[in-house]
Amino acid sequence: MPKVTVNGIEVEVPAGATVLQACEQAGAEVPRFCYHDRLSIAGNCRMCLVEVEKSPKPVASCAMPAADGMIVRTNTPQVRKAREGVMEFLLINHPLDCPICDQGGECDLQDQAMSYGRDGSRFDEIKRAVKDKDIGPLVKTIMTRCIHCTRCIRFAEEVAGVEVLGLSGRGEHMEVGPYVEAVVNSELSGNLVDLCPVGALTSKPYAFHARPWELRKTESIDVLDAVGANIRIDARGAEVMRVLPRLNEAINEEWLADKSRYACDGLRKRRLDRCYVRHNGRLEPASWDEAFDAIAARMSGGAGERIAAIAGDLADAESMLLLKELLASLGSSNIDCRQDGAKLDVSSRAGYLFNTTIAGIENADACLLIGSNPRWEAPLVNARLRKRFRRGGFSVGLIGQPVDLTYRYTMIGDGPQASSVLLAGSHPFAGVLKSAKAPMMIVGQGALARPDGAQVLAAARQLALDLGIVRDGWNGFNVLHTAAARVGGLDLGFVPGPSGRDVQGIIEGAGAGAIEIVYLLGADEIDTSRLGRAFVIYQGHHGDAGAKRADVVLPGAAYTEKSATYVSLEGRPQRTRLAVHPLGEAREDWKIIRALSERLGQRLPYDTIEAVRRRLGEVAPSFRALGRIEAASFGRFGAPGGLDVQPFRNAIANYYLTDPISRASDTMAQCVAAFLNPAQQKTGTHG
Amino acid sequence: MLKDSDRIFTNLYGRHDWGLDGARRRGDWDGTKAILEKGHDWITEQVKASDLRGRGGAGFPAGLKWSFMPKQVDPKRPHYLVVNADESEPGTCKDRDIIRNDPHKLIEGCLVAGFAMRANAGYIYIRGEFINEAKQLEAALDQAYGAGLIGKNACGSGWDFDIYVHRGAGAYICGEETGLLESLEGKPGRPRLKPPFPAAVGLYGCPTTVNNVETIAVAPTILRRGAAWFAGLGRPKNTGTKVFCISGHVNQPCNVEEEMGIPLKELIEKHAGGVRGGWDNLLAIIPGGSSVPLLPKSICDDVLMDFDSLRAVRSGLGTAAVIVMDKSTDVIAAIARLSHFYMHESCGQCTPCREGTGWVYRVMQRMVKGDATVEEIDRLDDVVGQIEGHTICALGDAAAWPVQGLIRHFRPELEARILNYKGVRSSSSGASPASAAA
Repeated sequence: MPKVTVNGIEVEVPAGATVLQACEQAGAEVPRFCYHDRLSIAGNCRMCLVEVEKSPKPVASCAMPAADGMIVRTNTPQVRKAREGVMEFLLINHPLDCPICDQGGECDLQDQAMSYGRDGSRFDEIKRAVKDKDIGPLVKTIMTRCIHCTRCIRFAEEVAGVEVLGLSGRGEHMEVGPYVEAVVNSELSGNLVDLCPVGALTSKPYAFHARPWELRKTESIDVLDAVGANIRIDARGAEVMRVLPRLNEAINEEWLADKSRYACDGLRKRRLDRCYVRHNGRLEPASWDEAFDAIAARMSGGAGERIAAIAGDLADAESMLLLKELLASLGSSNIDCRQDGAKLDVSSRAGYLFNTTIAGIENADACLLIGSNPRWEAPLVNARLRKRFRRGGFSVGLIGQPVDLTYRYTMIGDGPQASSVLLAGSHPFAGVLKSAKAPMMIVGQGALARPDGAQVLAAARQLALDLGIVRDGWNGFNVLHTAAARVGGLDLGFVPGPSGRDVQGIIEGAGAGAIEIVYLLGADEIDTSRLGRAFVIYQGHHGDAGAKRADVVLPGAAYTEKSATYVSLEGRPQRTRLAVHPLGEAREDWKIIRALSERLGQRLPYDTIEAVRRRLGEVAPSFRALGRIEAASFGRFGAPGGLDVQPFRNAIANYYLTDPISRASDTMAQCVAAFLNPAQQKTGTHG
Repeated sequence: MLKDSDRIFTNLYGRHDWGLDGARRRGDWDGTKAILEKGHDWITEQVKASDLRGRGGAGFPAGLKWSFMPKQVDPKRPHYLVVNADESEPGTCKDRDIIRNDPHKLIEGCLVAGFAMRANAGYIYIRGEFINEAKQLEAALDQAYGAGLIGKNACGSGWDFDIYVHRGAGAYICGEETGLLESLEGKPGRPRLKPPFPAAVGLYGCPTTVNNVETIAVAPTILRRGAAWFAGLGRPKNTGTKVFCISGHVNQPCNVEEEMGIPLKELIEKHAGGVRGGWDNLLAIIPGGSSVPLLPKSICDDVLMDFDSLRAVRSGLGTAAVIVMDKSTDVIAAIARLSHFYMHESCGQCTPCREGTGWVYRVMQRMVKGDATVEEIDRLDDVVGQIEGHTICALGDAAAWPVQGLIRHFRPELEARILNYKGVRSSSSGASPASAAA
């Protein structure tokens, strides 16, 4: 461990650390633009110059390895002069458009110019102008502002795995951009905006909408996939203006997937802000009392087995718990939170969790993907897989639909029969998994949401045991969820009781008339046209498929409008916070069910959210470990039986449209047009 | 003056056969096997003892550079020798003549140097514009391969050594050692961060030494005639002979091999037929290629041509390309032209050079006319000082030095131009401002 002296303070730094890291450790601030600790070192901005004894020139501290006995100074006049010089060069061709720049107020160049720059300009020549690039509907470019730090290029290449950005031209004519006009086709492209230290790359949907100092910042959790990325919701008044990632090394590091970041404009559209009751085939506005009366009238005479409930992908644990208890008190166990029909098994918690954990991927050395496209189902999990892959010594095999995962993988097969090939050891990848020290397996919903899902689950379990994917001290068995509500629902047992019906059974029952009342808690992904003549209660926040079919609509709160618990795919309970209040007459979801229970004469004994959460902890102790993962022991799950030969189909057919919020988002619709249907040429009549 | 018997490049002017037979008559490829038999380290030690300094411009001791190569070859990371023949420094044309007229000196040098650093492959990165020279070099390589001098079991020494010629595409920055390696790997020529140095992580990530053509070409002669002979020429730490490229306002521009440390005046008078119009008509000389600061006549009168003497007068030997300017020269325009060159050739990777070279050129352009203020001279000096030493590679320094030299030695000229321009403008009152904007 080399010892380095920085401004007279001796620090011991880990071997391989840079001078810049040593300076940070010693508490000496070093300005930088190109350096980013999650990207490779470029050393091109020259802002981090420091003085190192015995070196004739100032040294770029980000690129210089710290050596034992090095004497570094960051506070000498020479260093100040060097920084001033670099700052001046960065500014001479940077436009003076801060008042109309969206980066204003959170701009590294602005901040560092204040701290390290000169007080005036000496540049009398004409500034450079650069043509803007069109790199898609998410990232807006104003390339004249670019300071050529190449962070975006390195991010796209290293983290996102799309090689579309680069440097072209030389000298002052050098430009950052795609070599030929191309969109940055990545699910992580929004991070380019965060990484850009200036206003060259800004958020297109957010352009000219707000200033950072006007925004109210709320730390929360993302629910548009099951990863549970930590986010910050920036709101102004009653509107969510933007969503940014928040640092959490165990989950999302500092990245965020595009849907989670950009679908927030969907929170303003197609919202349910009051109750509706269907009269003569038309949904008509109603008060809460009228809506509850309509439900109560329908339930008079006891509901019993005639009622069923389906929880959607965005339902929080509190409301699911109350709905489960409400139905139990009404005498029904027809409840299910697996609206896609995934044959997940609650008999062993490890059977539906991402047991390796997201951070744990970095300890694995081989990975088998079954019926999953992590790039779309959980982009941040895929980013971790790619991060691990780039370090080397990580083989990936895939059983399922071939897709571009941004890293190399071995195609083993497209359906369940491939697992028997692996079991028999006749495919070379079986050897890779067997000889691996920490092999992992990821089972996607595409492998489970099919008639033989339970059998596939059992086969995957067997494969995990036989190939040493689950062994003492290492659990490499992982289920990749796509729904934020799913693990929470499974944890609290929002699944049919012994005689209850599952999603399939409920829909069939409703179609046949055996189920007369269906309660949809934000469930929009089911085929609502098959519900027959059933009386449908829809509780949710968006006028999507469920509300369209509903007989009574109860307006709930979106994830930005309530404090609610969600359990991530790793089994980590986390809480969202209220950033803006629910719209109009909408209420937090648990309160709606609590109020309805009283109206139905089945009053649930919870008057505060704390009481609900205490009950959650009793039902499933894992809810008590907020932010932590309770390790689950590997038990028996799945069902034995024959496997279908049908190939696996990935769970997500369109990354940008997976839930009511993203379907209501204009930005997501633009993404579909730009990224998924690029062949659709615009005609003269397009805007 | 260098004795003919001490000359290394005996066919610099192409008066004799450039081919293998001619080269052999001049003593090349003589006893190469015996040299190799003395071992890798013996060669490096001899070159160290000769005090040979790199001829590409920076003047780093060659033997020391070779000794940085690992002593053991990791089978997964072969060693490489790379010869920098991307001669693009304005004023310099020595490597071109060596390749044209004495290519076997270079090829033999590659074998010897490559053997010393335990490399089995050498790359000669030749400037793209040198079309005929590249063909000549290829032809000479064919001769050497045909005679078994290189290739498998080179010269019967048991050492395998292959040489590949790679043609550049005409970028000055590809003459920078790590920019050259990037270009050789097929990437844009953008210099790498150092450390790691090429001897640790070079071509394709393997230990590599990059040397100038002249450095490599003199090595076999040093080894044949002994390090002491070479070290006996010139002055301590500035030993041996050097090919000087004399151009500009002289009566006979030429390349000439001379002893290091020859007085500049003697060099020009003896070999280039003197300055046009006589020594007193001399204005200034750039002594080492466009990158080094120029010297006014007063210094040129008695300065010696070697690394340390020129350094002492705040210039440098560089590539020893002597650019002579007589009193008819617009020295400000001359330096402005060089500023344009560096602006054009900046790779654009790092901030000070990318932004600074353009700024400097634009101010210089105005200085040529005098459309500036006297204070701007100090500002210009400050700005070039902000480029110098703050960049990834030495191109930033090279862009700064000529301007610094100009300000240091010709400040009165700059001021006079500015005052004169002001006078012209005020006397022709009401004149269109177009001339100022142009």
